[in-house]
Amino acid sequence: MTWVGRAIRRLEDPALITGQGRFTADLSAVHWVRFVRSPIAAGKLIKVSSPKGAMVITAADLAGVKKITPMLHKFSYKPVGQPVLANGKVCFTGEPVAAVVAASEEEAEDFADQVELSIEEATPLTDARAALEPDAPQVHAEAPGNVILEGKVKTPDFDTTWTAAHKIIRVEARSRRQNATPMESRAGHASYDASTGRVTFTCATQMPHLTRTAICDVLGIPESDLRVIAPDVGGGFGQKMSLPSEYVVLVWLARKLKSSVAWTEDRRENLIASFHSRDQYITLEGAFDKNAKLTALKADIVANVGAYSCFPTTCGVEPLMAMAELPGPYDVQQYLCLSRGVVTNTCTMAPYRGVSRPVITFTVERLMDKAARAFAIDPVDIRRRNLIDRFPYKSAMGLEYDDATYKETLEMAVKAIDVPAFRKRQKAARAKGRHLGIGFATFSERTGYGSPAFAARGMEITPGWETVIVSVDPSGFVEARIGSSPHGQGLRTTLAQIIADEIGIAPDMIRVVHGDTDRAPYGWGTFASRSLVISGGATLIAARKVRAKLIKMASHLLEAAPDDIVLADGVAKVAGTDRTIPIARLAREAYTQTHRFKGEIEPGLSETGHYDPPGTFSNACHVATVDVDVETGQVKVEKFLVAEDAGRIINPMIADGQVHGGIAQGIGNALLEEIIYDETGAILSATLADYLPPTAHEIPPIELHHIETPSPNSITKAKGLGEGGAIGAPAAVVNAINDALSPFGVEINEMPATPQRIRAALRNAEKT
Amino acid sequence: MSSKTAIRLTINGRDHSIVVEPRRTLADAIREDCGQTGTHIGCEHGVCGACTVIVDGDPVRSCLMFAAQADGKKIRTIEGLADGENLHPMQQAFMDHHGLQCGFCTPGFLMLAVGVLEQDPSISDGDLLDVLSSNLCRCTGYQNIIKAVHAAAKAMRKG
Repeated sequence: MTWVGRAIRRLEDPALITGQGRFTADLSAVHWVRFVRSPIAAGKLIKVSSPKGAMVITAADLAGVKKITPMLHKFSYKPVGQPVLANGKVCFTGEPVAAVVAASEEEAEDFADQVELSIEEATPLTDARAALEPDAPQVHAEAPGNVILEGKVKTPDFDTTWTAAHKIIRVEARSRRQNATPMESRAGHASYDASTGRVTFTCATQMPHLTRTAICDVLGIPESDLRVIAPDVGGGFGQKMSLPSEYVVLVWLARKLKSSVAWTEDRRENLIASFHSRDQYITLEGAFDKNAKLTALKADIVANVGAYSCFPTTCGVEPLMAMAELPGPYDVQQYLCLSRGVVTNTCTMAPYRGVSRPVITFTVERLMDKAARAFAIDPVDIRRRNLIDRFPYKSAMGLEYDDATYKETLEMAVKAIDVPAFRKRQKAARAKGRHLGIGFATFSERTGYGSPAFAARGMEITPGWETVIVSVDPSGFVEARIGSSPHGQGLRTTLAQIIADEIGIAPDMIRVVHGDTDRAPYGWGTFASRSLVISGGATLIAARKVRAKLIKMASHLLEAAPDDIVLADGVAKVAGTDRTIPIARLAREAYTQTHRFKGEIEPGLSETGHYDPPGTFSNACHVATVDVDVETGQVKVEKFLVAEDAGRIINPMIADGQVHGGIAQGIGNALLEEIIYDETGAILSATLADYLPPTAHEIPPIELHHIETPSPNSITKAKGLGEGGAIGAPAAVVNAINDALSPFGVEINEMPATPQRIRAALRNAEKT
Repeated sequence: MSSKTAIRLTINGRDHSIVVEPRRTLADAIREDCGQTGTHIGCEHGVCGACTVIVDGDPVRSCLMFAAQADGKKIRTIEGLADGENLHPMQQAFMDHHGLQCGFCTPGFLMLAVGVLEQDPSISDGDLLDVLSSNLCRCTGYQNIIKAVHAAAKAMRKG
């Protein structure tokens, strides 16, 4: 029996269900900070007037603090630096202009309300296409025409293939702006230690080491002067993997005041000024031959990147990934793409679960459904004709796809949902004036990719690898120190399962330590569906080394050949005999009885593993069925079904939980969630009563089916699956809406498909 | 700055005599004046429900109640849900059914579900879904929360 593959309960849970979780906002401080934010989207900052008796920090106080300037050495990237507090101009509503410091949160808020900003307003740009107009104002002088980044690709035989097409199908897709909306907003607590001169900065982050590197770069201080702790973190979904300028100010203040300072972002600040996501236009055309086989794709991607470039990924993360991965699971070798990142007077964009793929999958899956209609074939059939089925497969962009099951998961989903039965029900419902629809989405999910994949983007900060140190202490308990920084993914449990199988002890004897730059080895944190693959791989490598050492020691003490030693149930045993020695005893002797091993074994029992894999592709087919009320435009998702292949599953309970959560966010993307700017650049969706993450009511029963195709590119055989739910669900839901509305000649290519948008489309169709 | 009022909150059976400004919310008083940080604040405008506690038997959003309004009342928070080492059936069910991931919204969901089931142990599945849809969770997609609450409801009815 192995621990891997079992749905064991999470080691994280006992603290979290009893109120013993420790989140950043639980810490108390001497000083409290409130940021004064620009109420204006664009303009010249003339003056900041402070109330009497208040400590107000502005850009003028921050001499020597550098701008946050993420770098990309490619794609005509224009570096634009962001001052940590607005300096001379304001570029988006909510931009921090001043930090007010007081003895309590209430007092800081009272003073902040009295700070007066004098701003000479300019015309704001909020829409990326408007920002591309020739006479549009310039957001930054460094980015002429407001284009901060431009990627282009054209395969050699594109033109001839395009000309030979039997049909060209076109989709104009739009994905509106979202906020990742972790339930814990951002928070930071910086505490100065007079004895060492160090600051301990506790914060809600997905990347503690990179937060340390970034803050020290900007402040110009040694990294040894800063310890960053990510305690329990209440979700991130990408929003907490970029450096907030507010965090730099907090560390600067702790050093200046030689004391502790704290800030907890409120929900309004989070919605208007943390980091946003999506907000893209994609025009996609597909060339098909007479058998409905896709032969070429032509894409124009316009990504609104907001006012600044996020650190460390840079604003290239969305438009460049969209360009690289747009062809998705389909076999198409000719590709033309122009992808632009456009700066506007809006909140800066950062990665959000799925990064670009929810939008490209939405666009490509809309294209497939439109093409099926044009060829008068079934949406399932057009996918059968075009999905990749030979591996390894090299994409038009040169990405190598490892073994996957695009067609198998499609067939599995089609069978499980029972399409003929649904069509019958749909027909009967239509006769009674009810409009049901079914929608499919097939996609590939690139996960667990190491430094070569990031280096290909030209990032100055090139993440990828992970390090894990597995130590057995003299009492026989295990500590695994990891550079990843989980915040809800259950990694303490899944890594313990991996170690347990190697060392032969139970997972509850294994403590996984993360989120503390003083305790954990340098690592990149948790994002991009990477931690189980990469930290899991490094964990396996380190645990195998510990295993080898335990076997060597046992062979010595039991006087048996190493090949005959098995580690299981807490003991080392000579196979086929009753000769055993407890692993805890071996651990103790590794420290206290080293002389017994005659110099053949190094002291201690601690090993390090590094892992930097090429990357692997998970895949899935999502199916949604919906009921659309054509009178109100209201959509009810009736059922959601997933057939997924994420390689070897370490803990099925945790894996399913990741898929559920992703789907819920995808349904929010498809139907509900939208950050709305008005024409002045103010945000109209600044509360959770206006910006609408789904509730239990909007999420239908979710049925999951798995295929486990072990990845040759992952030593644990596991692939990542953190983002798949969010990638496939929007396309499946909106395709289902389009299917439901097919009798009306209506097409919805915009997300979220709100009741207003659906009604507007139906009204327009009635007019024509 | 306004004048302060002396109030008494009874949290999980223990009295806390504190002095607060009239504008102090119950959520802030529980966390900061009484040091019980298991109750979390997610939105401070009464939508997300992360701060749900039980006040005199009713599940309440503690960010929408002033501390002064809770003067003299009995408050139950996540810290008081287990009976010593014995988990409440709702806590056990959330673990068994993977009803939590990051754990930030979890105290609010637990207190909401416990409060409602104590008031109406035979609540229908439909009404229970209505109740659970009053809190937000961003991680789980709700499937496992619903499963956990149903399992706990069964266990609570058995006593």
